[in-house]
Amino acid sequence: MTQDIRRGTRIIWIGVIVLIVLRQDLWFWNDPSLVFGILPVGLAWQIAISIAAAILWIIATKIAWPADEMQEEPR
Amino acid sequence: MTSHPGLPQLIVIVAYLGLLLLLAVFSNLKLKRTRADYQLASHSIGPVLLLLSLFGTTMTGFALVGSSGEAFRSGIGVYGMLASSSGIIHSLCFFTVGLRVYQLAKRHGYATQIAFFRDRLESDRIGLLLFPVLVGLSIPYILVGIISAGGIVQQLTAGLWIDGPMGFANDGPYRGGVPSWLGAGVICSVVLIYVFFGGMRGTAWANAFQTLVFMILGMVTFVIIVNKLGGSADLVANMRRLAAELPESVSTRQGMKPSLFLMYLLIPLSVGMFPHVFQHWLTARRASTFKLPVVAHPIFILIVWLPCVLLGAWATTPLLAEAVQVAWTAKGFDTPPPSIPANPNYILPYMVKTLTPPLLGGFLAAGILAAIMSSLDSQFLCLGTIFNNDIVVHYRGQDKVSDTQQVVVTRSFVIAIVLVCYAIYLLTAAKAASVFALGVWCFSGFAALFPIVFAALYWKRLSKAGAYSGISAAITSWTILFYYAWTNPNGGIGDFMVTTNFFGHAIQWMPVVIMFASSTLTTIAISLITPPPSPATIEKFFSE
Repeated sequence: MTQDIRRGTRIIWIGVIVLIVLRQDLWFWNDPSLVFGILPVGLAWQIAISIAAAILWIIATKIAWPADEMQEEPR
Repeated sequence: MTSHPGLPQLIVIVAYLGLLLLLAVFSNLKLKRTRADYQLASHSIGPVLLLLSLFGTTMTGFALVGSSGEAFRSGIGVYGMLASSSGIIHSLCFFTVGLRVYQLAKRHGYATQIAFFRDRLESDRIGLLLFPVLVGLSIPYILVGIISAGGIVQQLTAGLWIDGPMGFANDGPYRGGVPSWLGAGVICSVVLIYVFFGGMRGTAWANAFQTLVFMILGMVTFVIIVNKLGGSADLVANMRRLAAELPESVSTRQGMKPSLFLMYLLIPLSVGMFPHVFQHWLTARRASTFKLPVVAHPIFILIVWLPCVLLGAWATTPLLAEAVQVAWTAKGFDTPPPSIPANPNYILPYMVKTLTPPLLGGFLAAGILAAIMSSLDSQFLCLGTIFNNDIVVHYRGQDKVSDTQQVVVTRSFVIAIVLVCYAIYLLTAAKAASVFALGVWCFSGFAALFPIVFAALYWKRLSKAGAYSGISAAITSWTILFYYAWTNPNGGIGDFMVTTNFFGHAIQWMPVVIMFASSTLTTIAISLITPPPSPATIEKFFSE
């Protein structure tokens, strides 16, 4: 594993931990207000977490993908 | 004829099942009739097919029927509890476990989890412990699919044959519908046939096709039901009207403990040890094939779970009863409409049945069945593969069983496991169990095994004895806790919690926490006091 991939993997793990902490949204726990008049704010927050997760995994494919992928023979 | 209650739905369901059988015939023509092709599609699956098949495999009746039911029961918190957490954790499992396992499997030729563990742990007998554990934990998961399938077919064909034999005429809100035992049996048979003839390639194609079907039809269902509930043709206005009517107990998480919400984070780790997901990983063409599934999985979960959770939550508003009455009257019935089901499992089919046109109801039923079948197929095939590779071939000798015989063995075990699951469904109280609760118990067991696979990949010190004791701790704690939950006089298996006293404060734990902690601590402790793996094994698995 190269230094760059190692550093990228660490960044992704930090991102995962941040998302896990943000998922525990105690601040919206009992808040019934609606976003755009449709989504309860607690649900809207969790949707944002799902989207943020996808973004984090896009970053993972750029900075933390294993190096030996390069050694694979294309079929 | 299409106005006969239940008949249009039945026609569409039968046509859909026929389509799947055609797909099986087509994929059978492509089958190379070798073990590698039957079990792993010759490692030829590309990114889109891998994404769709992996996603279809992880989404089952639990995701559609269970999520809407749980939102109906306890509110919008179910999305965060399982969907957003799965978006993080499933992809994390694909990235940290799936990708690494794929690389090792490709390098060393593993076709199953057990083959990997046997080599990594330098233990020929690990399969004898792991095989019954994997099969035993897969059975409740398969039952979730069978229960959901039987229920859906019965509910959506209600009224078909009011005085029919063998359960058609049973009293209840779904009288006249195809009895659940028959619907579940037919669904199992269809899945069995396409797995039987198509192997992994057929399963991957069927999964991909069914994933598209249930995602598209899910969105169509959402729009139609919301417009019926809201009473106008303006979707956004309808959603606003429904949202305004939501009781606070549903639009917030006031009935949900933050500690429970946190503990649910462990459940999606089960994906790291599902044997059928493991087998799908190994079908990938190359490591980069994983990129699309890793990235798109959280968005796909969002697309499937959000409409289900919203429909389940909105079903708690008074607008549901009003909309059902309007739809019932419009259909020309002068009897009162069916009452809103008390069983949360039935809320989504109830809305489909009462609020959508019959033909569309049939398509939507096909969509729900697609989600269910796209998990059952992989589970059936995978258990057959493990039995063949890790029990029959491994202990009898590779040279004594030909490729053709191995395909026969795989298929025979698939039939046996379907029959066992179906018998459990018919002969026990399983059909009355909550899909959500049963699913959570099954996932808890697999999540408890996660520390072992993770340690096997990233901790050089994991020893054979450590893994054996970790697996034993996981399954022993699962069995004891499930027994207590099943015999719990104060509630169903879904409500069972372990209560401990900490300096005078009662703390409640989900069973998964106890199982996960016991397997992790046992694995670490025993590994540290027993001999480590040989240098050759460490070199083989950890060299870069």
